[in-house]
Amino acid sequence: MINAGELSRELELEIISGSGGLETEVLGGYVSDLLSDVIGNAERGAAWITIQTHLNTIAVASLRELSAIIIAGGHQPESAAIDRSNIENIPLLTSRQDAFTVAGRLFNLLNRE
Amino acid sequence: MKLFRADLHIHTVLSPCGDLEMSPSEIVKNALRKGLDIIGITDHNATGNAKITKEIGERNGLFVLCGAELSTSEEVHCLAFFENTDALDRLQDYIDMNLPFVKNISSLFGYQLEVDENEIITREEDRLLTSALLAKLSDVQLFIHSLGGLFIPAHADRLRNSIYSQLGMLPGGLDADAVELSRNCKTTNFLSSHPELKPFTLIRSSDSHCPGDIGTASTEFMIEKPCFDEIRMALRGINGRYVERI
Repeated sequence: MINAGELSRELELEIISGSGGLETEVLGGYVSDLLSDVIGNAERGAAWITIQTHLNTIAVASLRELSAIIIAGGHQPESAAIDRSNIENIPLLTSRQDAFTVAGRLFNLLNRE
Repeated sequence: MKLFRADLHIHTVLSPCGDLEMSPSEIVKNALRKGLDIIGITDHNATGNAKITKEIGERNGLFVLCGAELSTSEEVHCLAFFENTDALDRLQDYIDMNLPFVKNISSLFGYQLEVDENEIITREEDRLLTSALLAKLSDVQLFIHSLGGLFIPAHADRLRNSIYSQLGMLPGGLDADAVELSRNCKTTNFLSSHPELKPFTLIRSSDSHCPGDIGTASTEFMIEKPCFDEIRMALRGINGRYVERI
């Protein structure tokens, strides 16, 4: 089992905020930019890969009890989202790599022996 | 005061998805035939056919609100309307500044044409207008209001390009002049699952892409006469003006 902090090291992600949640276990992954889809379909504990940067990403992650948000493609979260992630203790992580690459690396990481 | 019927979401042939028949003259003709008093011209990220439609409308007793349907960086669609051509030109400048250059392929997406009142093509738009602007919803809202415009998130009930589909829930601090529901949305059901919308004025429009769509959904405004200021007052529910429940 791997937690959000270890995930950020393995996938070379920058920890922007929400470091209070770095011990949270990562139980799976989910990729989507439609927040309504994430609300409907993401599983608890998933690390969510997206290019959305809006404040509502934190609310959605909190609602679905996601383990981390990974903003791919070099996009930067809005400042309101950063503040909120610190309150909700949801790690907000960024990668310069695109969502496909980040998702592939996450998949391999979670599925290795 | 009396009730005036408005359909505030109509695309012209400038939108790639707009039917080739959606010329300004044809839109005005169909709107009048359907008994509309007010229409809104809302092409995707473009204002090029709005003024000519307003001119034709004015000569024929139809009030035309000039605006656009903007796509924010979150791909939320929202309607923007402005009172005068100066503000409309500034909206076009804002679009030009924020629209990424992706060339339209008309065989795939459709033609994007500006036409005159005789349906003669005056200009073809090169950039694919359905791209998302490089501007966030909150910035778009701020920009529209800084020019005294109306800001209306479009088709909130739809599963694509709506504030709910893209952002999951109504963002805190949303300062909308109204929220639009689409043609077939059952208002009571939608409001019971989204009670947070109750403080907002709701409008319903057709989102017309072909002449037959025009007026298939509309909203009634209780106002003195069709003009921008009266419509704004009705949306805000002030000075005795109001919008009929949809």
